[in-house]
Amino acid sequence: MTPVQDGYNFAYLDEQTKRMIRRAILKAIAIPGYQVPFASREMPMPYGWGTGGVQVTASILGPDDVLKVIDQGSDDTTNAVSIRKFFKKTAGVATTTHTAEATIVQTRHRIPEEPLGAGQVLVYQVPIPEPLRFLEPRETETRTLHALAEYGLMHVKLYEDIARHGHVATTYAYPVEVAGRYVMDPSPTPKFDNPKMHMSAALQLFGAGREQRIYAVPPYTPVKSLDFEDHPFRIQTFKDPCALCAAEGVYLDEVVLDDRGGRMMVCSDTDFCETRRAAGHRGAMLGTAPAEIAGEASHG
Amino acid sequence: MYVAVKGGEQAIDNAHRLLAAKRRGDPALPDLDVAQIDGQLALAVARVMAEGSLYDRSLAALAIKQARGDLIEAIFLVRAFRTTLPRFGACEPVDTGAMAVERRVSATFKDLPGGQVLGPTFDYTHRLIDFALAAGFAPPPPAEAEPEADGAMPRVTDLLGEEDLIERETADDRPPADLTREPLSFPAERDIRLQNLARGDEGFLLGLGYSTQRGFGRTHPFVGEVRFGAVELDFVPEELGFPVPLGTIEVTECQMVNQFAGSAERPPQFTRGYGLVFGQSERKAMSMALVDRALRAREFGEDVVAPAQDEEFVLSHSDNVQATGFVEHLKLPHYVDFQAELELVRRLRAEHAAREADGRPHYEEAAE
Amino acid sequence: MSPLTRGFAEPAREAQAAFRVLMTAMSRPATVHPFAAAVTPPPPLSPELAAIALSLADPDAPIWLDPPLAAVPAIADYLRFHTGAKIVGRPDEAAFALVSNPLACPYLDRFAQGLDAYPDRSTTVVLALATLDAGSALRFRGPGIDGVAGLDAAPLPRAFAAELDSNHALFPRGVDLVLLAPGRLAALPRSARRIEGA
Repeated sequence: MTPVQDGYNFAYLDEQTKRMIRRAILKAIAIPGYQVPFASREMPMPYGWGTGGVQVTASILGPDDVLKVIDQGSDDTTNAVSIRKFFKKTAGVATTTHTAEATIVQTRHRIPEEPLGAGQVLVYQVPIPEPLRFLEPRETETRTLHALAEYGLMHVKLYEDIARHGHVATTYAYPVEVAGRYVMDPSPTPKFDNPKMHMSAALQLFGAGREQRIYAVPPYTPVKSLDFEDHPFRIQTFKDPCALCAAEGVYLDEVVLDDRGGRMMVCSDTDFCETRRAAGHRGAMLGTAPAEIAGEASHG
Repeated sequence: MYVAVKGGEQAIDNAHRLLAAKRRGDPALPDLDVAQIDGQLALAVARVMAEGSLYDRSLAALAIKQARGDLIEAIFLVRAFRTTLPRFGACEPVDTGAMAVERRVSATFKDLPGGQVLGPTFDYTHRLIDFALAAGFAPPPPAEAEPEADGAMPRVTDLLGEEDLIERETADDRPPADLTREPLSFPAERDIRLQNLARGDEGFLLGLGYSTQRGFGRTHPFVGEVRFGAVELDFVPEELGFPVPLGTIEVTECQMVNQFAGSAERPPQFTRGYGLVFGQSERKAMSMALVDRALRAREFGEDVVAPAQDEEFVLSHSDNVQATGFVEHLKLPHYVDFQAELELVRRLRAEHAAREADGRPHYEEAAE
Repeated sequence: MSPLTRGFAEPAREAQAAFRVLMTAMSRPATVHPFAAAVTPPPPLSPELAAIALSLADPDAPIWLDPPLAAVPAIADYLRFHTGAKIVGRPDEAAFALVSNPLACPYLDRFAQGLDAYPDRSTTVVLALATLDAGSALRFRGPGIDGVAGLDAAPLPRAFAAELDSNHALFPRGVDLVLLAPGRLAALPRSARRIEGA
């Protein structure tokens, strides 16, 4: 495994850093939902732009892996492109946009619509790993709360929402309980994606670079979105199917078409949408949507 | 459309090409030489080395050039380079008492062994724009003084220490902690705090230090001494077992002397705040010393009431590479989450409107 | 110092490959995975034990050796040379404990158990066994296990079933176990709950 880019190590990180991160990953898997502190390194991209996910991916990645990178569900958003290029350059690995072909999927803000399979690894970029952070800003306090499994604060917050609005007003980064023990931040994915974490066949790894934490959900692990008996957890629903591929029960992005209220709703997961269109599914606006939204039916 | 559904890669390449052209500026003008930056923007270089945590003048100068003069961007470049370097070990503690001093002032004594050495300083300059500089003015050569007979320049805190007027600080045998290798955890010992402050953002520490002077965690400080100059670095390789000189680096050291009324356990005595940074940066070294002393509140049984005394607040927010990354990440697309919020606000508004129409109160009580 | 035997020929690639097998095994407790260990450590350090140490130990992650390994100075020399790790005398100071004789493995509570606030500060105990197969002698449920997973492994430490139960009862504290046999690897993280009967 020779360096692909002169002067840098395979996948950028030096071996000692990789070992440190690998040890943290193993601990994270053994204690599902617990945030393992790690000495996060400066990366050549800024904190808050995926350094945690990048360090995790760099530490697990091997020459035979096939990498997919998404941001907002799309392979072609600028930050996803930049991270994919980084690994192409420093590790020379194969990359793909097809969820099913990937061995490692690094993501920001979405879980792919297509269920992940055994042997796949989903790496999340995490800005604020501490689910209790906005209720209690001090690490010393939140660490004790986790040690005691004292999560009353979170329930109080959710219940205050219900009292005020009639339902929980958290729409993304919706807290979950992992394997009946730790309350965990699923990263700012819309709560629509929370059910996909439950008993997933894939290993889910979470990296927070600036906050120096790694955590994990092993495959086949119960992940429960916090709720109340009289106010069960519910995900977002969309009135109309995707305007391009007619998919229902998927997360849709709202695209503003003009300044006269024209809107269309399209799949946030671009690979999912393109795969459906390639298979002949046609949404109501497929013929009329602007080219920069509809794109081509497939791309490599 | 910055979240191009297609074509992101080409857009990024084009943006970076444009950046490279902007960086170069007017091609009719000479290109900036890295040595010029090192020589003529030396204080910028010092700041980039200090907060980049890597003593390498020409690398810092190159980073400044690459960053178009954005020092935090340059610090970031240096940090990202530094993190890939192999680590051979830790050097011996530097002896700032043996510094080849270029500047040394004490506010606590009118005169002292070694004297007050003003050296290269903006202090006492009139801040008038010097239009002669724009015209390529060549300065007269600096004045030379005879060095003092014995040349010794003991540290002010050592002079105070002889009378036990200031707390003693003794080295322990523990290897110093290193927050680039161990994640920050709380409570943090002083070695970790000082390392964090030494890497911390100058502006952040300046504001915090200033706040202690204005009463938010007052420490009654006096500048015992600020000194700037070159110190020798020694390293003891495992296989040799004796120190080998690595060379010299320039540092600024500030020893702040602070009033302390004493407590049940300790007699009244001056206490210390300490600042040490690469290169010449008195503002940073002094701010660091103020904040270091403020963070020792717990140790002296002082009430922790102000931001500068709160180690979790200070240490978690001092790093400008972390801070700038997270602040600026708000530029990244967040439309998936925004979509979820849009849906919620629309629903809440619809529910609100429906209640208005029914003449019911806006908010239902939890008990109902 | 005795002549040093071979470590990884391509450290970056081989360490990644070994780690990836261990990561997969740790995320799928009590499943057996093929594990190639192309190193020739001084006996009785098995190639599999050595490959785990070479992949994950370093100056920040010290190693404890069980008495048969500690009795051979060439083993400590080999590990120090290839990993830079400190060899510690007390099991609770180790990040990784290498156990060549499972029958004489210390009770699991002798190793670092982690703290309530930092359960990750615990030892990973790595055991070299003679045989390791999917089976039903020991059966588990828990995170990472699709229903029930079972192992047949020998030889096992004294009172192993009871040891596993007390270790799991400490969750989230406790040690994680890595089981090795020639060409094979399985893991029993603290999260795995042993079950009896069908």
